[in-house]
Amino acid sequence: MKDMHAISVTVNGRAHELVVEARRTLADMLRHDLGYTGTHLGCEHGICGACTVILDDQPVRACLVFGVQADGAEVRTVEGLADGEQLSDLQQAFSDHHALQCGFCTPGFLMLAEAYLAESPGTAGTEEQVRELVAANLCRCTGYQGIIEAIVATARARKKR
Amino acid sequence: MTVVGTRLPRTEDPRLLRGCGRFGDDFSVPGQLHARIVRSPAAHGLLRELDVTQAKKAPGVAAVVTARDLPRDLVIPVRLAVAGTDLSPFLQPVLARDTVRYVGEPLAVVAGDDPYACEDAAELVGIDIAEQPAVLDAAEGHHRPAAELTRGYGDTDAAFAAAAHVVRIELAIGRHSGVPLEPRCLLAVPGPRRGELSIFGMTKVPVWNRDLLADMLGVDETLIRVHAIDAGGGFGVRGEFYPEDFLIPWLATKTGRPVKWAEDRAEHLVAVNHSRQQYHRVAAAFDAGGRILGLTDDIVQDNGAYCRTHGVAVPELTAAMLPGPYRVPAYRGRVRVVLTNKTPCGTYRAPGRFEGTAAREHLLDVAATRLGIDPIRLRERNLLTRSEMPHQRPISTLGTDVILDTGDYPALLAAAVRQASRLGYRAQATARAAAPGDHRRRGFGLAMFVEKSGLGPQETADVTVSRSGAVHVYSGGTSVGQGIETVLAQIAADALGVDPGAVRVTAGDTAAQPFGAGSWASRSTVVGGSAVHRAATAVRERAIQLAARILEAAGEDLEMAGGAVFVRGDPETRITLAGIARAAAPASRYLGPGEPAGLSARRRFEVSHMTYPYGVHAAVVEVDTGTGRVRVLRYLVAYEVGRAINPMLVEGQLRGGVAQGIGGALLEEFGYDEAGQPQATTFIEYRLPTAAEIPPVDVLLSQDAPAPGNPLGVMGAGEGGVSAAGAAVANAVRDALGLAGGVGQLPLTPARVCALAALARATAGPVTRGPVTGGGA
Repeated sequence: MKDMHAISVTVNGRAHELVVEARRTLADMLRHDLGYTGTHLGCEHGICGACTVILDDQPVRACLVFGVQADGAEVRTVEGLADGEQLSDLQQAFSDHHALQCGFCTPGFLMLAEAYLAESPGTAGTEEQVRELVAANLCRCTGYQGIIEAIVATARARKKR
Repeated sequence: MTVVGTRLPRTEDPRLLRGCGRFGDDFSVPGQLHARIVRSPAAHGLLRELDVTQAKKAPGVAAVVTARDLPRDLVIPVRLAVAGTDLSPFLQPVLARDTVRYVGEPLAVVAGDDPYACEDAAELVGIDIAEQPAVLDAAEGHHRPAAELTRGYGDTDAAFAAAAHVVRIELAIGRHSGVPLEPRCLLAVPGPRRGELSIFGMTKVPVWNRDLLADMLGVDETLIRVHAIDAGGGFGVRGEFYPEDFLIPWLATKTGRPVKWAEDRAEHLVAVNHSRQQYHRVAAAFDAGGRILGLTDDIVQDNGAYCRTHGVAVPELTAAMLPGPYRVPAYRGRVRVVLTNKTPCGTYRAPGRFEGTAAREHLLDVAATRLGIDPIRLRERNLLTRSEMPHQRPISTLGTDVILDTGDYPALLAAAVRQASRLGYRAQATARAAAPGDHRRRGFGLAMFVEKSGLGPQETADVTVSRSGAVHVYSGGTSVGQGIETVLAQIAADALGVDPGAVRVTAGDTAAQPFGAGSWASRSTVVGGSAVHRAATAVRERAIQLAARILEAAGEDLEMAGGAVFVRGDPETRITLAGIARAAAPASRYLGPGEPAGLSARRRFEVSHMTYPYGVHAAVVEVDTGTGRVRVLRYLVAYEVGRAINPMLVEGQLRGGVAQGIGGALLEEFGYDEAGQPQATTFIEYRLPTAAEIPPVDVLLSQDAPAPGNPLGVMGAGEGGVSAAGAAVANAVRDALGLAGGVGQLPLTPARVCALAALARATAGPVTRGPVTGGGA
């Protein structure tokens, strides 16, 4: 017998009710039960950060969280960043600074940076701070410089607003 | 209007940034089965029994298959055959039948409704293996090689006999690989017709893989369609034909249900091609003035348990490319390819060049010390000059003659040295005075390399204008993150005089482009781009021919720009591409008798020789002799690319390549214990570089030597960021430690660096910098 649980979760502002097995990860639940396939799985053991989503304002690795733990919570995924066709300032900065190549790790970096920028809007954004932040996740294509530049540029632009 | 040469934002970016990319595991279809591969837990042994009874009874399991269920003698053939080698005894079976030869070798497949339950059921397969001793050290010398090959010319014995100086080093290159962030994934969906299959997840060489799969399944190849999807990094390893590339489609045909397989990271690290592991004994003979008289390298390649699709292409490339950018009157590179009980090997970005460049360039730095010459001067003295180009070496590789086609090697070296100097590299390398108790030492290292790109024999492209005026490009290349959709759109846009936003590129769909040769060997822009250029140019000519009929004007009076054809000097007399495409519809009165309908063209670009880009890497490192940690403080790549279609993407390729190269030089290694158990099966042990290890990379992009062999003048850019990274980092660490000899081994892990530091202390006394300090940088 599978150990099934009925839960409710809000993803990008939309309410969902579903039944999940106790051992199902949040990442698999988002991807395969709810269709948010923008959250990617690169290692399934919490190192690469490609599956980073924002769970009640905190960046988490969705491969290390069970779906049932998101019961009653608000989740933000990469699909919630853009306003329709309009990319967010952070997404646009990633394109401008060539911060992505294959794009597989990109949703994780975007959500990591989004949480970071929201957490400390007044102080965020020195290159040193951002490099330390970016060192939390893995990218195999870019060498990281574009990712760092994009986040620094977004932090500066948001401070001016 | 020209968009070639501009830093056009990538057309791939919006979908990827919005989370709307479609990677392998993003595809699912109703009724699909999930597959889990059961893999060997032992490195070597006789497979006595596989007991699948319990696994078959597990809930939701639809099938469990072993080698007994497959056609006998099913092995994966070599894609890149090297003439004169017969590897047929060493090919990998799809599933092991009697003998297992590495940890991770596929033994069985469990398929069921739920991936979690399939993993549980896979654990229930009883595996009985009579273990045998594992062969783990290819360099031991008594192992019979699977292949031996020699590349060379001239009389090296005479060269060494006549030499004023002979310098030898040994260098072991660590086993590491591409390790893309997306694990492999396959979805095979049977169609309504017998034998029909849709495949999602094959990339790199989809047409080759489709044809091989069709042969193995015994069906007509057109029944199989490989779809173009996003891929989370290629780097040489993704998209080769692996055992799973047969097993998953075969299971789909056997069960009549869609079958999906999503690899996990632990599997990936033992199943996907490893690469790089070689042992070099390299020697150079010099005259009294430091000119190279001869070069030899005796190489052992640890190829793992089998020869896979690359056969012995990597060792061949190593030997063929080893002389690099230098004037080498006599050369002999000899490789013994030895099989061991480890994961089989294939190509990884800059295959053979990362290894060979490290051996040669490290040898040159050691030689500079011995000869008392500055290492940059030593290189200058031996570089081929512009007047010696093109330079034919009596060597072949990948079935082509090695003809270094164009370039000015001394000029690029001088430019790189100037740039490093301007950016303060030398000052930073010598800045830290060694205070008492300070274990940190800095060093500067430089290395030069020749790459290869644009391997033929052909690539095909179709360009079609649809009724809306949109331009569609169907290329045989594949999108693996390199930006091929953007680059091909730029090439097509210029040829047709349209906005690149009006161009849609489909890369790697076998139904849309059945003659594609794929994306590998830095060939897509060179060969694929040239095919697109030709097809788009043919469409332009056809559009002008049709416009002449429509506008009742002479073709030579017409011009094409802004998505329309117009009469020169009378831009109001015009017709849009959309209008021409409609006028080319079947039964149109503008079509001549026997002319095909549609505004489209298929063109092929054939090329028999590669084009050879080249470059310089320079690094400043800081070595902590107490902890053994090496930090790369500065890194410069100077690279000749002929012509950059999109400089932003070229720089991105180089920067990303450097990060992988630093990983291979300092961090990444597939280690094995004495029983052959892999020691790197998670990202904790297999250390991909993070932002903490990779400095900003300075790029000096040169476009001074257009390639003569293609209409765009382009050279490939996919691999030059990696090629010399092992060499530059090794040379910088050697400089920092003041070693008299070489570093001996890559990667330079903390333990090895500590041992080298102890060696340097023992031989050179305290606080002595090495003699390798001069130079212009």
